[in-house]
Amino acid sequence: MGPYLVRRLLIAVPVFWGITVLSFLIMNMAPGNPVDMFINPNVPPEMRELRKELLGLNDPVYVQYFKWLAGVLRGELGYSFSSYAPVTELIGARIGPTLLLASSSLAVGLIIAIPIGILSAVKHNTRLDYLMTGLSFLGTSIPPFFLGLGLIYILGVELKWLPTGGMKTLGGDGGFADIAIHLIMPVLVLGMTIAGKKVRYVRASMLDVLGQDYLRTARSKGLSEWAVTNRHALRNALIPIIAVIGAEIPLLLGGSIIIEQVFQWPGIGQLTMEAILSRDYPTLMGLNLVAASVVLLTNLLIDILYAAVDPRIEFN
Amino acid sequence: MNQAELAWRKDAMDTERRHDGADDPPSFESYARQVRQRFMRHKVAVWGLATTLLLLAAGLLAPWLAPYQPNEITDAFSAGPSADYLLGTDQVGRDVLSRLLYGTRVSLLIGFTTVAIYVLFGTLVGLIAGYYGKWIDMLLMRITDIFLSFPYMLVVLVMVSVLGASLWTIIIVLALFKWPAIAMLVRGIVLSLKKADYVRAGVALGYSTPRILLRHILPGASGAIIVNATFGVASTILAEAGLSFLGMGVKSPQASLGNMLHDAQSLTVLTEQQWLWLPAGFIILLTVLAFNFVGDGLRDALDGRQL
Repeated sequence: MGPYLVRRLLIAVPVFWGITVLSFLIMNMAPGNPVDMFINPNVPPEMRELRKELLGLNDPVYVQYFKWLAGVLRGELGYSFSSYAPVTELIGARIGPTLLLASSSLAVGLIIAIPIGILSAVKHNTRLDYLMTGLSFLGTSIPPFFLGLGLIYILGVELKWLPTGGMKTLGGDGGFADIAIHLIMPVLVLGMTIAGKKVRYVRASMLDVLGQDYLRTARSKGLSEWAVTNRHALRNALIPIIAVIGAEIPLLLGGSIIIEQVFQWPGIGQLTMEAILSRDYPTLMGLNLVAASVVLLTNLLIDILYAAVDPRIEFN
Repeated sequence: MNQAELAWRKDAMDTERRHDGADDPPSFESYARQVRQRFMRHKVAVWGLATTLLLLAAGLLAPWLAPYQPNEITDAFSAGPSADYLLGTDQVGRDVLSRLLYGTRVSLLIGFTTVAIYVLFGTLVGLIAGYYGKWIDMLLMRITDIFLSFPYMLVVLVMVSVLGASLWTIIIVLALFKWPAIAMLVRGIVLSLKKADYVRAGVALGYSTPRILLRHILPGASGAIIVNATFGVASTILAEAGLSFLGMGVKSPQASLGNMLHDAQSLTVLTEQQWLWLPAGFIILLTVLAFNFVGDGLRDALDGRQL
């Protein structure tokens, strides 16, 4: 496994470099010069030139890229065009709520999907299975913002059971219970989309395992069906699920933008929308880079974990 | 008989032997019939296909079906559903039903065009990477890794906002971050097919590489590509709706299903003018669900053991 690890890590290096290039290129496709766009037109041209010089915008593009890359390698992402705060600080202040939202949603999604997937596989081709599979399609097909708006309307406005948005009650204590109550609806929406996809993976993976010889052996030893399913089959059926969870991370990060907008959740998604509306390119560039790096890193971890868990993997 | 038929024939033979032990190799027509039969057995998929066709018809015929011009300002503002305006009017006084029809047209147009572009490109990359292998494969796969690292919704949203939203930028950007999945899928199939005897026979006969790739290998991957593209239409429509909902997709006054829900972010619209957002939301749900069911049916029908 040693050489595999080294190879896997070495591959991640050029991919990370590619991520920085692409993040930078996307921002350089913007027409016009940011300084001309933002600065008050009454500012004299000399001041404008000074500003451009200070921001390094008069350098050739590749020089700008390498200056930015040098910063990235030192852990700096430049300064926001709109608030002049360091981008790392802006992202740092918002990443907590997004991580809370994303991890809770992933957990809820799996808690819904695993039992349903197992049930669907054990009772495959029965009415229950068709119902569950149909519902899982509904979960992946419903636009998250539509489900979110519907929940706000019913649970928030009509029944007044849950707050319609935000992370804390204004003037409230902002304690665990307060945040938890605000988390319910966004997590339900994101969790539902995840559960929809995972149900079919769990079902397929479980069906695959259920047909294997060692389960017949377990049964013929006289083990109860429950023990066969949950102790012998589930363990192996869950291995492929680990790999699939990795694929969920970009979806969670992307999906949270819409969810955060619907529920006014103060995370990375809202920061993205704010930066888009104020054409804050350094922040957007930093957001893209950080998000892609997180995905790269989790994929790396998942691959390593997967290799460690499944002895059947060959390393060549 | 081309290689596509050969590949299909092999698959069909396996199935037929299992079923009735027939010795005669079945014809291409019988494979097609079998696929059709398997698809028709999948009831929700048939429902999905019917719904898809209905939505396509609604989109194509929108100019004739819509009672009003989509941007026409009538004398009723924020009026509820009535005999004159079946689904009411919006704050500017435009007929919601007419805008729904045109919105469906735009969503389907974006869905199909985007998928056509990225499937073509991704397939080409996958064929080249899988067939040539070595450093070409290594390079192309690292490039797909780079593109796949970016969370789709985030990068698409940012890039569209940087370039400025127009129908074509939306389509190009949606496709730009979607091809890697198809490329990886096709590459995997090419890797397994290129060792097959009939492909090696083609190489031994001195056929040109494009001919081997397009006529011998590609048909073997076509089932998987069709299934993936069908699911792709669903997810692209969903993504475009998300962009438009955030106000970064199709811009008003042009109607799109997503931007019709944009206004429901205000509580008045959400609670008092449901006709402005409920129908649009349901149409998106219906469209996406229908394409997903068709994709599922196709996967079963084409017997996706390699999917």
